Amino acid sequence: MIPSSLADFAIAAPEVTLLGVACVVLLLDLFISEARRGLVFTATLVGLAITAYVTLACVPVDGRTVGLGGLYVADGVATVLKFTAIATLAVVLVYSRDYLTSRGMFQGEYFVLSLFVLLGVMVMASASSLLSMYMGIEIMALSAYGLVAFNRENPIAAESAMKYFVLGAIASGVLLYGISILYGVTGSFDLGTVKAGLSREMFFGGKHIGLLFGLAFIVVGVAFKFGAVPFHQWVPDVYHGAPTSVTLLLGSVPKLASFALAWRVLAEGLGPLAGEWRGMLIVLSVLSMVLGNVVAIAQTNIKRMLAYSTISHVGFILLGILTATPDGYAASLYYTVAYVIMAAASFGMVILLSREGFEADRIEDFKGLAQRSPWFAWMMLMVMMSTAGVPPFIGFFAKLYVIQAVLDANLVWLAIVAVLASVVGAYYYLRIVKVMFFDAPEDRAPALQASPLMRIVLSGNALAVLAAGIISGPLTTLCRAVIPG
Amino acid sequence: MQSGLPLLSLIIWLPVLAGLVCLVIGEKSPQMARWVAAVATVATLGFSIPLWTGFDTTTANMQFVEQFPWIDAINARYHLGIDGFSLPLIVLTTFITPLVVLSGWRVITDRPAQYMAAFLMLEGLMIGVFAALDGMLFYVFWEAMLIPMFLIIGIWGGTRRVYATIKFFLYTFLGSVLMLVALIYLYLKTGSYDLQDFYAVQLTRNEQFFLFLAFFAAFSVKIPMVPVHTWLPDAHVEAPTGGSVILAAIMLKLGGYGFIRFALPITPDAAHELDWLVIALSLVAVGYIGLVALVQQDMKKLIAYSSVAHMGFVTLGLFLTWSIVANTGSVVGAETAINGAMIQMVSHGLISGGMFLCVGVMYDRLHTREISAYGGVINTMPKFAAFMVLFSMANAGLPGTSGFVGEFLVILASYKANFWIAFVAALTLIFGAAYTLWLVKRVIFGEVGNDSVAAMKDLRKSEFTVLALLAVAVLALGIYPKPLTDVMGPSVKHLVEQVTASKLPESAP
Repeated sequence: MIPSSLADFAIAAPEVTLLGVACVVLLLDLFISEARRGLVFTATLVGLAITAYVTLACVPVDGRTVGLGGLYVADGVATVLKFTAIATLAVVLVYSRDYLTSRGMFQGEYFVLSLFVLLGVMVMASASSLLSMYMGIEIMALSAYGLVAFNRENPIAAESAMKYFVLGAIASGVLLYGISILYGVTGSFDLGTVKAGLSREMFFGGKHIGLLFGLAFIVVGVAFKFGAVPFHQWVPDVYHGAPTSVTLLLGSVPKLASFALAWRVLAEGLGPLAGEWRGMLIVLSVLSMVLGNVVAIAQTNIKRMLAYSTISHVGFILLGILTATPDGYAASLYYTVAYVIMAAASFGMVILLSREGFEADRIEDFKGLAQRSPWFAWMMLMVMMSTAGVPPFIGFFAKLYVIQAVLDANLVWLAIVAVLASVVGAYYYLRIVKVMFFDAPEDRAPALQASPLMRIVLSGNALAVLAAGIISGPLTTLCRAVIPG
Repeated sequence: MQSGLPLLSLIIWLPVLAGLVCLVIGEKSPQMARWVAAVATVATLGFSIPLWTGFDTTTANMQFVEQFPWIDAINARYHLGIDGFSLPLIVLTTFITPLVVLSGWRVITDRPAQYMAAFLMLEGLMIGVFAALDGMLFYVFWEAMLIPMFLIIGIWGGTRRVYATIKFFLYTFLGSVLMLVALIYLYLKTGSYDLQDFYAVQLTRNEQFFLFLAFFAAFSVKIPMVPVHTWLPDAHVEAPTGGSVILAAIMLKLGGYGFIRFALPITPDAAHELDWLVIALSLVAVGYIGLVALVQQDMKKLIAYSSVAHMGFVTLGLFLTWSIVANTGSVVGAETAINGAMIQMVSHGLISGGMFLCVGVMYDRLHTREISAYGGVINTMPKFAAFMVLFSMANAGLPGTSGFVGEFLVILASYKANFWIAFVAALTLIFGAAYTLWLVKRVIFGEVGNDSVAAMKDLRKSEFTVLALLAVAVLALGIYPKPLTDVMGPSVKHLVEQVTASKLPESAP
């Protein structure tokens, strides 16, 4: 079980690289003067680029390699998730730079913690054992707690970090409890072995009551991490309380990890129990879609609104998973990637509007954007329409594939609930468009202050929402190709 | 018949790209944006002429077909083509849009570049809807169209524009998503999104029933039918003139087109089974909504309700087929009805466009749409009054105008189905005449109502051109509708064959 030589670590080359990058950034920060802190930022981006290169260079040729004594797997899904996570983090950091500088949070530790969040995400993406999965979760979560509380003078941020920590710890505990029961029944942490054990169990007709007990805890743990209703309470508070740059980070990258958690554990490991967890996921998914969309309508703070919108999107992601078909998993993967792109753009827009001493996190702060900056108003329009699921943007195709998979699984009523929920959801996205385009700007709203780099990246991000929608073929094919049939 | 150019793609993407150009030009040089819009829409009109001249009127097959792979994973293709139903509506679109651009030339002073951009994109997307032969492509165009319209009403609309535009968006969106579920269901059944496969597949009674309801939800909202018509008066009243024109002239037709392209041929048995419902709702629209129009105080609202009543004729004509065939044993009457419905759509596009432009002309001068604020306009604006009277007469269905042809054909056909249907439908001739003539009497004729009316100036050149072009079209279609019926003939025949053939599987009871 224990890796015998360094060569065994080759399978985790991206993670090892990233860890190295994080350490270098940490040390670099220690030895440079305040004035040259920009170097840390550059180093982080370069490090991410190297990690991305290593990730792509390490794509297993034969599709799937297991290593490190069964703890680790390198396959197509892992590569897609990791690459998306790395790219997203890079974009997120570019968005955050001005925001951090103007709030005195432009410190080396911020970047190190961000890199560790990414490390956790990547470990989860590649985990092929419950143990390594748990490790990944904790790496990610502990760094995230730190980030939320990064601005320690801010009492709201401190409060939401506390909430996040307590609830996150409970969730981890619940998940761990489920894992231990599963271990008790199947005698292994290894997802492949668990699956084989379950198949044998099912084959002999026995449905171990302990197994269902453990399954319930695991599903609850997954739901907590995803932020699915009724385990969603932390989401709005954390999104609202955290500095916007952190919200941007938490709203995007970790969703990829949640997908990895759900897919690896439920589909790969507990696949034979699909009949059991499907019902649980249906409840979670319907509640998330309905409650998320309805409550979002009542929000006046755009960060809270986007938090509830996230909850509803989580409902859609679960929808694909609960079909327990390869097409369904592929649809969920597509949805997750699409969501991450859209979330980065929409939170990025909130950051774009903020400036020194002003957060721009109320919906009214978008008033008259179409007159202050028509270009970005149109960009935000595309992002909002995409999130609402209007074609030809990527968000529409994400919903399309998920609903297609649900119909294919003969769950017609569920598909109808989903589309109706998205009509409700359309309302609050339209409201943002309304505020931007139909309302007159407030007098005191000054011109946008963002750096050219951020403007370019943000525009590219929003245009990607359009382009990846019109040309949605390649990503669709990719998602279907990496999910084993 | 086929020219080298991919004409359909050209007339879809030329306006969309021109719209993007307008956005990039921005508000710094509005005059340039206006010219871009004018050139692009006129060019689009120009490119649609070879469609008409090159159209083979002897076949119901799709023509000018373009087909490329799009999303391989779900077998959705970029598949365009037109038949006798799409061509007239496409030409209607390319004809109306330049007029709208021209009518907004001076009037729109707030963000004119974005205004032009929205209309250009809208035009391209609407043509896309009419030309798409792939279910997914159709849906993408269908939904994407909502975005420019949402902005048009919301930015350049009247005082309650936000309410109206959100209502418009959500109503249509709600209907559409149910259609999406239906399309996906058909895809799972056939393995492709191609319409020809949808036509070919056999569907059980239950499947057809629910699929039909889903399509019905989408198209009845769009066209709109009673009782889901309530978004229309709001949207019409609040939209700027150009928006109202496009809404009435083209967007409503999308609903009728949807019935022809999807609901009828894909689920003929369910449509047959539920034809009583559609006929009943159509008659309610024709009769009751006609009365509602009578009491309106607001000119735009009156025309909006009159649109609902006129669209009632379209749905009536489309769903009469089975009762006519059952009564007369021949399909001739059914073809008459569908022909009537199509002519009604094209003609209503021209007439309602003209009516809304007339209201726009008055609104630009007095900034009110209240009927009571006018009176005796003929004394100060004689040229304008002539056009207004002409369009009103056409709206009332006066013989010699296009309004007459469609209504007459549908009433004629409905007589073969059932006397009472014909009777109620014919009431429109009375109600329609009543509300339009009364409108004309109060607004146009009589003594000059007040000082502001006395100060009104007659038509400018651009306004005159726009109205004159529409008037010529209304008269031409009224006097000599044969080119239109020639184009539609084979497609109408084909549609009747499709809807009278059962699609139930053989083994079904």
